[in-house]
Amino acid sequence: MPDSTTLLAGHPGIAGQSASRVPPRPSGLPGTLKGALNRAGGPTLAVTYLSLLVLLPLAAVVSKAFDSGWGAFWKAVTQPEAVAALKLTLICSLIVAVFNSLAGVVIAWVLVRDEFPGKRLVGAVIDLPFALPTVVAGLTLLTLYGPNGPFGVNVADTRIGITLALAFVTLPFCVRSVQPVLAELDRETEEAAASLGASPAGVLRRIILPSIAPAMLAGAGLAFARAVGEFGSVVLISGNLPFKTEVASSWIYSLSQSDDFGSAAAISVVLIAIALAILFGIGMLRRRFDISEAI
Amino acid sequence: MTGKWKLPIRIVALGYVALLIVIPVGAVFYQAFRHGFLVAWHAVTTADALHALWLTLLVVLIAVPLDTAFGVGVALILSRRRFPGAWLLDAFVDLPLAVSPVIVGLSLILVYGKTGWFGNWLAARGIQVIFSFPGIVMASAVVALPYVVREVLPVLQEIGTEQEQAAATLGASPFAAFWRITLPSIRRGLAYGVTLTTARVLGEFGGVIVVSGNIAGRTQTLTLFISDSIENLNPVGAYAGAVILALLSLIVLAVLGKENEGRKHRWRSRSEESPSDLEELSLLTTSVSMSPTAH
Repeated sequence: MPDSTTLLAGHPGIAGQSASRVPPRPSGLPGTLKGALNRAGGPTLAVTYLSLLVLLPLAAVVSKAFDSGWGAFWKAVTQPEAVAALKLTLICSLIVAVFNSLAGVVIAWVLVRDEFPGKRLVGAVIDLPFALPTVVAGLTLLTLYGPNGPFGVNVADTRIGITLALAFVTLPFCVRSVQPVLAELDRETEEAAASLGASPAGVLRRIILPSIAPAMLAGAGLAFARAVGEFGSVVLISGNLPFKTEVASSWIYSLSQSDDFGSAAAISVVLIAIALAILFGIGMLRRRFDISEAI
Repeated sequence: MTGKWKLPIRIVALGYVALLIVIPVGAVFYQAFRHGFLVAWHAVTTADALHALWLTLLVVLIAVPLDTAFGVGVALILSRRRFPGAWLLDAFVDLPLAVSPVIVGLSLILVYGKTGWFGNWLAARGIQVIFSFPGIVMASAVVALPYVVREVLPVLQEIGTEQEQAAATLGASPFAAFWRITLPSIRRGLAYGVTLTTARVLGEFGGVIVVSGNIAGRTQTLTLFISDSIENLNPVGAYAGAVILALLSLIVLAVLGKENEGRKHRWRSRSEESPSDLEELSLLTTSVSMSPTAH
């Protein structure tokens, strides 16, 4: 195997055959030198860029987290403020993932099966949280549901506020992962069930839900992974009160502001592990049920 | 599920979207202009605000082309070559999606900061990355890294390599083949990816606030200006800044909507291989087990 890969690594297209079929290219450089440059240059540049920006820095986080041994890592993760922040983050994210995946189905349903004027506009609005900067998202919610909001509802500095912000930023994932599955659903099965006397609830439970469940789960997973790391939209509305409305990412932020990089890295490792586990699970789901990608 | 249920479902879906997205975003526009256009105009034409806007655009002008070049390069490598470790590169590109932006900022400090891995080396050469412009560009480039790859790779896998090979056979240089054959066929996916990248870089907050130091008039981007304005009780500045960012992202959204119309490949599973890839795979049966399918 090593032989075949080294031999074929540099050839684009139908590997191994191109050498005999393609005539020498009219170029200044000798073919072999150019081939060698081409072969090594592209991947090396790409891997260097990725290493400098992503791989080395993340390795530094993991290394920093365990710099002073397991004991220090464990202490950073289990100190009361960290536990409170992690717990709050996970609970709020879970609530949002469950609630939004239900809301996502309803909205996707309306977008696929319903007809009304302005439907295309609603379809576009769903993507707004995805395009809108998180800090603007936080400001929008604070304006309407903060201390000076027109409805007299004030959720600033509360956990409901955090949940609201997370619901805002994760809604597109939940709608867009279910929508294509719902669009491809065979309506004849539903009609057959209905004509055989199944109630609308029965059709929903026995026919529609089983088909869209994997996509719902994938959407909920994406929403959860996004919510766990969310910062910009949450900080404005949460008020960052320790033990009350401080989420994990803002705890990491305040740790790094006070130069406690070891503890910040330890919490980061926990968050990254959770997100990676979820994304891995979604990957498995997608392969198993052949669901398309939503993002 | 028709008839009497249609209207209630529509009301629930549209009501949720309205309360969560439409009305809050509308409220920001209202708040920005409620004291008149001139007040808003003055709030975003102060020296600090203009500098923040300029800095944000400068970051976009540097980070987006970098990510685009990287994205197209990696997509070409992953779709056109088989090499050991390809699946790793494929997986690593997605890492920024799994990591909170705050952690991205922290990770850059741990490598490029004063006490970081490269800290001494950089300080000896008088280069300041953290709390300075390069750090802001890097944090923005990291969080937006995956989008171009994820949009371009499926298109490249779909179109195969036959046309490029034909061009090469007819004497086209690799550059000409890329420019005349490959680029036109990935244009749509590339445009979509670049749009997503731009939106993400424009609105980046968590990563930038950690690495920038948030010094008004020096390292303050538009998103940081907005959050600072809220804290400094300058609501008009915050709302006006938010309107600028929101308008920019609405433009992005309009482009996304337009591109979405003709994009079928987006909903397609990446595990599908194009015919020429299959031929290639059959020659390399030993390494098939290692090759990437979906992430």
